[in-house]
Amino acid sequence: MTVQAGPYSDAIRARWRQPRFRGELPGANAVAEDVNPLCGDRIRLMLSVGDGRVAAARFAGDSCAICAASADVLAELVTGRSVAEARRLDAADLLTVLQADIRPTRMRCVTLPLSVLGLALDGDGAR
Amino acid sequence: MRLDEKTRPDFPILSRTINGHPLVYLDSAASSQKPRSVIEAMSQYYERSHANVHRSIHTLGEEATELYEAARDRVQRFIGAARREEIVFTRGTSDGLNLLADAVCRSLAPGDEILVTEMEHHSNLIPWQMAARRQRLTLAAVPVTGQGLLDLEALDRLLGARTRVVALAHVSNVLGTINPVAEIARRARRVGAITVVDGAQAAPHLMLDMSVLGCDYYVFSPHKMLGPTGIGVLYGRQELLERLEPTRGGGEMIKEVWIDRAQWNDLPWRFEPGTPPIAEAVGLTAAIEYLEKLGMERVAEHERALTRRALEGLAAIPGVTVFGPPAAVDRGAVVAFAVEGLHPHDVAALLDADGIGVRAGHHCAMPLMRRLGVVGTSRASFSVFTSAEEVEQLLRAVAGLRTSL
Repeated sequence: MTVQAGPYSDAIRARWRQPRFRGELPGANAVAEDVNPLCGDRIRLMLSVGDGRVAAARFAGDSCAICAASADVLAELVTGRSVAEARRLDAADLLTVLQADIRPTRMRCVTLPLSVLGLALDGDGAR
Repeated sequence: MRLDEKTRPDFPILSRTINGHPLVYLDSAASSQKPRSVIEAMSQYYERSHANVHRSIHTLGEEATELYEAARDRVQRFIGAARREEIVFTRGTSDGLNLLADAVCRSLAPGDEILVTEMEHHSNLIPWQMAARRQRLTLAAVPVTGQGLLDLEALDRLLGARTRVVALAHVSNVLGTINPVAEIARRARRVGAITVVDGAQAAPHLMLDMSVLGCDYYVFSPHKMLGPTGIGVLYGRQELLERLEPTRGGGEMIKEVWIDRAQWNDLPWRFEPGTPPIAEAVGLTAAIEYLEKLGMERVAEHERALTRRALEGLAAIPGVTVFGPPAAVDRGAVVAFAVEGLHPHDVAALLDADGIGVRAGHHCAMPLMRRLGVVGTSRASFSVFTSAEEVEQLLRAVAGLRTSL
């Protein structure tokens, strides 16, 4: 698979149109939300964490396609992982799945969900 | 001959291609492109005449001083100011507004009121917020109506005996609304308040005449009107500037200095400490010359026609919402819009793929975004070099957007 020209890869378009992890997560015990002051993107991440492992993840928010796709990928990647493994996920892991040429001005769209993940895992629920 | 046919060959950057398409630059409200005459005037200054201004007693110093002060005269005539002493060069609109908020509010008492509007750019809000917090002043905002106009009845209710400053945009950078500055300045004066006008979006598009506007301070940025970045213009009525205590010190702003005190220089240099933006002033002169040669009436007419077409064209596209007053005659050359189901940054990125540059986001007007109930908008803005065909290209591209993601 090659990286497609421009920020909107097939993976981003597909996840934007049909996200797999967008929605509420009743009973989530690790929840966080943050905004990107540059564009106003807002992402809320909901996790069910038990025995040091992320059992389920969902996201909600109002954002651009890149940010939403990134949140969708991140929710998929954290599911089933230990909290320690989830913490080690970085932008490169997301870009591997997104397969897009993201310029520096849009990089924060990719990384906002990651910082929300950090906030969620720092909360009481994930301990 | 259409205005853009005359001007386009003068703008070297317009020969660029973006993503394989000819550049369609619709972001002049953020910063306009520059004609060759501006670029060349600045290079020529650096190649032939550069030195520091005012106290260099040698040929180059004298030439540089002459050029720098000539820019002041040019600006004075361009905006219809009564005297050259009323023109202070700053680093930009934000810098000028910060200077004013600092200096004006220093003499105010706790409980005095500053009135801004709901449509202000953060540049004309944050400096007043900071001053209000420091001096324990009250800050209130004139609301915006559903039509995107200032609510003048609310203005009358908000203006009171404690109102000291009314700070407002001449033209909104999002809604495009042209605010009735002369009328507002008149009402402000009735309660003894001064009027500070952010003219960043007006100076490039409207014929300005300070004697008609009747405001006390007027601030704008040459880089939005074909000139260079790094220089700003602050106009202030002389009798007010005379009483205003400078807040920034340094060389040039003084007449005589002792270890424990100093005597301030005359206007306008009192407010220009340090080496000023000299090359930028030279570029500004060239920009004004360029605009005056075209004629500001003609510039306004050209941009109004483009705005009118963009407004009606965008409003006719299903799923597109246009913000601000519906009639082009009430507006500056900006059109902000939203495309249903698409984030403004995606709109901008998709248009960029076609070579079309628009602004997207909150446009440094978060309170207004909240008022409009959106996270942001996309904004197209026009200048003397924008063609009717470019507006059509924008309309075609926007019409195809909803199926492209």
